[in-house]
Amino acid sequence: MHAIEKLLAKRADKVSVKTGEIINCEVDMAGINDLYLQALRSFYEMGGVKVHDPSRVIMFLDHYAPASTILQAQNQKEFRAFCWDQGIDLLMDIDQGVCHQVLADKGLAYPGEIVVITDSHTTTHGAFGAFGTGVGATDLAIILATGKLWFSVPEIIKINFEGKPPHGVYAKDIILYAIGELKADFAVYKAVEFSGSTLQYLSISERMALCNMTTEMGAKTSYIQPDNITMAFLNEKVTRPYEIYETDPDFVYADEISFDVTTLTPQISAPSSVDNVYDVTKFIGTPIDQAYLGSCTGGRCDDIGIAARILKDKQVSSRTRFVIVPASKGVLLEAMEKGYVQTLLKAGATFVTPGCAACLGTHQGMLASGETCITTTNRNFPGRMGDTKAQIYLGSPAAVAAAALEGKIVDPTSYIAKENV
Amino acid sequence: MKIHIKGHAFVFGNNVDTDQIYPGRFVEYTDVEDIAKYAMYGADPTFIKEVQHGDIIVAGTNFGCGSSREHAAITLKAVGIGAIIAESFARIFYRNAINLGLPLIVCPGILKEVKKGDVISFDVSSGIITNEKGSIMSAEPFSDYVLTILENGGIKTLIKQQLLMR
Repeated sequence: MHAIEKLLAKRADKVSVKTGEIINCEVDMAGINDLYLQALRSFYEMGGVKVHDPSRVIMFLDHYAPASTILQAQNQKEFRAFCWDQGIDLLMDIDQGVCHQVLADKGLAYPGEIVVITDSHTTTHGAFGAFGTGVGATDLAIILATGKLWFSVPEIIKINFEGKPPHGVYAKDIILYAIGELKADFAVYKAVEFSGSTLQYLSISERMALCNMTTEMGAKTSYIQPDNITMAFLNEKVTRPYEIYETDPDFVYADEISFDVTTLTPQISAPSSVDNVYDVTKFIGTPIDQAYLGSCTGGRCDDIGIAARILKDKQVSSRTRFVIVPASKGVLLEAMEKGYVQTLLKAGATFVTPGCAACLGTHQGMLASGETCITTTNRNFPGRMGDTKAQIYLGSPAAVAAAALEGKIVDPTSYIAKENV
Repeated sequence: MKIHIKGHAFVFGNNVDTDQIYPGRFVEYTDVEDIAKYAMYGADPTFIKEVQHGDIIVAGTNFGCGSSREHAAITLKAVGIGAIIAESFARIFYRNAINLGLPLIVCPGILKEVKKGDVISFDVSSGIITNEKGSIMSAEPFSDYVLTILENGGIKTLIKQQLLMR
């Protein structure tokens, strides 16, 4: 069996599982965010009275942090009241940040465990060897009521990245390239495991970006076998024992694909689908109205650090605005301690409260009709960050920061000092 | 089996994402009546004016990709969409719609067989999709569990029974 199958079997109280089997699994951590009031309503509608296990439920007020409308405020009021009534102590209020980063910061995504959140990018937690998957409101309400959820055991695909990424190439470039080659529906219903020699060069932050973006190839979950990099990160944070599962040597993957990253160049996903990926050189000179650095994909301290190095003692282009949204309070505090925030503010960047902000086109950095944005986020669908006639390009934090500096898309490679790689 | 599906088709392409089905700026709405006002707003703002109860959406691959927002399934059910037939569906959208009792039918090759306004019917027992203009196609069968959910009008009924039996 694969490690993913072993953990699913354990949570379904079975000895083994096979591909396509429908199983009912205990969920170790269930997260709800502030777009999903229907989850609470459906819980009561189904006859729920008390949440099955409040200690395994976490509430995130992250998409509207802080509320921009009366209705958002009203919704958040209901979420808080639900937590207080139901004894849910893990209420991550508007000061905390994006759900996936908050889980990582607090060490709440454990290897070998099932993490289900009302957010499609829950695949992020594969970076810790967890089975992370996104669901809608009704599924989450079922977990609130029963502690369990049904899953179909997925086919598992292995993607190998081989070699050291060149100077100026980041995990975002690697995963955009892979999505461009494999396309947006490549992994629908399937699990994606990342493997290969490239992983040893990727920090947890970069691995989270890889796993996060598997959602954009349709994956149900993603997985990186925990190694010394994972353990170094987790050991400082976790507070209880957990089990790491290993894949049997005779396990047969549904598919296996390898990419050599040693000659990769910075990649850009052009409007209006994530798999529309090209070398950055194709778009050099495209004028940029807004550069945006943030989200569960590209709003971590490492990402802000890259921008700070590119913009140190320089100024954001006069016709471009640079919006930065740290993924969490933890990220913001670290970026302040390292001086990145001061550097970027002096350079002309605008900082927004940690949270999801304009990544999903709700508030705090919306785009007008005809505007062009380059962003470290995960989607460039029509209307994703505002008007449907706005153009969204996805790129690495370096591509975004260099574009903010020049007011147009440039090859970021020459803007990054070699010693900083 | 009580599922009878017949209606006029609206046709969309590949990779229709949830931002097109239900744009992010409306996700703060939580009541069905409000959510129903913005169905397909990002893909075709005229859809909401034209759609009739029982109409069917036909689409290409990966319909419903993107966000986990259940609003995307809620809005299509609320405006009376009787079924969605697509070459394939994104995973979370699939779960959300089935959970609400909205039939999602997988039929590779459907897109080239249907034009807007064609009358499409689906026979659940045989899995046959018929376009009254003449073409007949075979849908992939529902899994047993999905069929059980649909026959109960959505998963909430099943969970409610389960909770009552405790």
